[in-house]
Amino acid sequence: MFSRAYKAAVTLPPLVWVAAFLLTPYLLMFSYSFWSVSPAQTIVHSWSLGNYSELARVDVYWQTLLRSMWIAARVTIFSLLLGYPLAYFLSFYGGKKKDLLYQLVIIPLWVSYLVRAYAWKTILGSDGVLNTLLQYVHATKHPLEFLLYSPFAVVLTLTHIYTPFAFLPIYAALEHIPRNLVEASHDLGASPGQTFWKIIFPLSIPGVIAGATFAFVLSLGDFLAPLLLGGPSGIMISNIVVSLFGAAYNWPLGAAISFCMLLLVVSLLFFSERLEKKWSYA
Amino acid sequence: MSTDVSIARSDVSVSTQRFPLLSIRNVAKRFGKNVVLRDISLDVAEGEFLTILGESGSGKTTLLRIIAGFESAGSGEVWMAEERLDQLPPYRRRVNTVFQHYALFPHLTVEENVAYGLRVAKRPEAEISARVGEALEKVKMSAHAKAKPAKISGGQQQRVALARALVNRPQLLLLDEPLSALDANLRRQMQVELKSLQREVGISFIFVTHDQEEAMVMSDRIALLRSGELEQVATPREIYGRPATAYVAQFIGHTNLLKGEVRDGMARCGLLQWPVAAPDGIAQFSLRPENLRLATEKSTSPDSVRVRGRVVQQAFHGATELIRVECAGGLMLTVRIPASRSGVTGEIALEFSPEDAIPVRESPERI
Repeated sequence: MFSRAYKAAVTLPPLVWVAAFLLTPYLLMFSYSFWSVSPAQTIVHSWSLGNYSELARVDVYWQTLLRSMWIAARVTIFSLLLGYPLAYFLSFYGGKKKDLLYQLVIIPLWVSYLVRAYAWKTILGSDGVLNTLLQYVHATKHPLEFLLYSPFAVVLTLTHIYTPFAFLPIYAALEHIPRNLVEASHDLGASPGQTFWKIIFPLSIPGVIAGATFAFVLSLGDFLAPLLLGGPSGIMISNIVVSLFGAAYNWPLGAAISFCMLLLVVSLLFFSERLEKKWSYA
Repeated sequence: MSTDVSIARSDVSVSTQRFPLLSIRNVAKRFGKNVVLRDISLDVAEGEFLTILGESGSGKTTLLRIIAGFESAGSGEVWMAEERLDQLPPYRRRVNTVFQHYALFPHLTVEENVAYGLRVAKRPEAEISARVGEALEKVKMSAHAKAKPAKISGGQQQRVALARALVNRPQLLLLDEPLSALDANLRRQMQVELKSLQREVGISFIFVTHDQEEAMVMSDRIALLRSGELEQVATPREIYGRPATAYVAQFIGHTNLLKGEVRDGMARCGLLQWPVAAPDGIAQFSLRPENLRLATEKSTSPDSVRVRGRVVQQAFHGATELIRVECAGGLMLTVRIPASRSGVTGEIALEFSPEDAIPVRESPERI
């Protein structure tokens, strides 16, 4: 239909873009991960697997990665627990206000991430809104210290931030379920509960997988929430990468961690896409 | 399908005189300011095949959805066998529906779709597999039991939808334009199959369609709905032969509507007149094209009404042909005559028997 020259002309710009701003940096990062830093703080361009063997050897990296995954897993679970019912009620019982309510769910995404993270800081701090309230009603004598600078604060903040990301694909999946399937289920004698578990939920699984992937991947790589609210016990893997590229000046090791993370995330995306396909019947 | 629901029936006309299975009493429905149904009362007998016929927007699907429980009646009641139906949720009604686009569950196999109603009712697995097997056998879909709905054709999906509803042994089956998505040949075939299946299982069917031919072929009775009101409820023969209103006469088959008046026991319409037993006043008559004949020199009956005219158009239909005749006084008549080799042209004489001109009421459309 279109000439070869035309096809080449329209495919070239995006290709150049991807090559310049995606492939090249990744390639650079990948190269760095095999290099090392000399005692004189210069990058030594000699190829070795030293950084990767250090990652395998030193416990703190593994432990931080596992903790990050555990935090991300909790964020995912809470985002789904909040996002699914929200999406369900909006999709099936939203009525005329559906669009307005949908916008209300989206609006927080327009507010700066930093502002939302700082908001939690003022809520959770020892002189924060929550502790002041708890002491005022005599629920506690002393401010609760675990609220801020803890994995709890990180999970809470990330859940708040990423719930809309879990909500959106679930909502889209629910909206795509033909309503006559629900009617057919009721018609065949299934109660609303049976209809949910036998028809609605199975058909929404691709959305749940997509939402879970968003929440998990985004929170796994997060470094601002742990930085602002995590404290020493809430450090995540990205904070280590940040410090390696910054104060610690060990770009090669940072690049090696980044590359491992990238591999983890890409295989996760691949896996979740396969899973989504398996569950979709469009 | 099974012995306990198969009620032996010898004659259809008997069934309409039985105690009604379903009774719709003064049902009305509006969506906002839009009146969809107005004071509908209708009985359906056990084992009857009733068709709700109407144009799109006539309210036929809404009426069906009220019976199934997907819409609530604005006012009025629906009763089924001594039980008030309209206050039960759809999943408590012993009514099953075949949906217009089948609404098969895409994530379940054909077999699982058919088993759905029995599974949610927590029937024993042995009974489920026996009944599902039997139902699939009945609609000739056993070979596709393990297929997902997306892998089978429209006609096959239609059969599965039917099996999925019938396997629950409902007292009443609702069918919402189930054949409208099929192509013409398959559609005719399914009409016959559906009708004989209904005879076999003996379940009452309420069948919604906009296709008058389909309604005529399949139904024991037709309820013709127009703008949310019932125009006529009668057997196909009666509704065709003795249409109650001008709308019915025109909607079902072809007709000639003769507008005129009645005075002193004579109907007058242009130059035509014939004796009629009707009160004086403005009147309308429906005269079917096949009730007009080409008149020969020696007329068959002395009291037939004769009129001369000129053929202006002819359409060949195989066994018959329809000709348009412009008569004296500007009256246009459509005439159905047996097809001849060369067709009919020029000046002709027509005749009809007075009793074939059926007086019909004018029923103005209400909005």
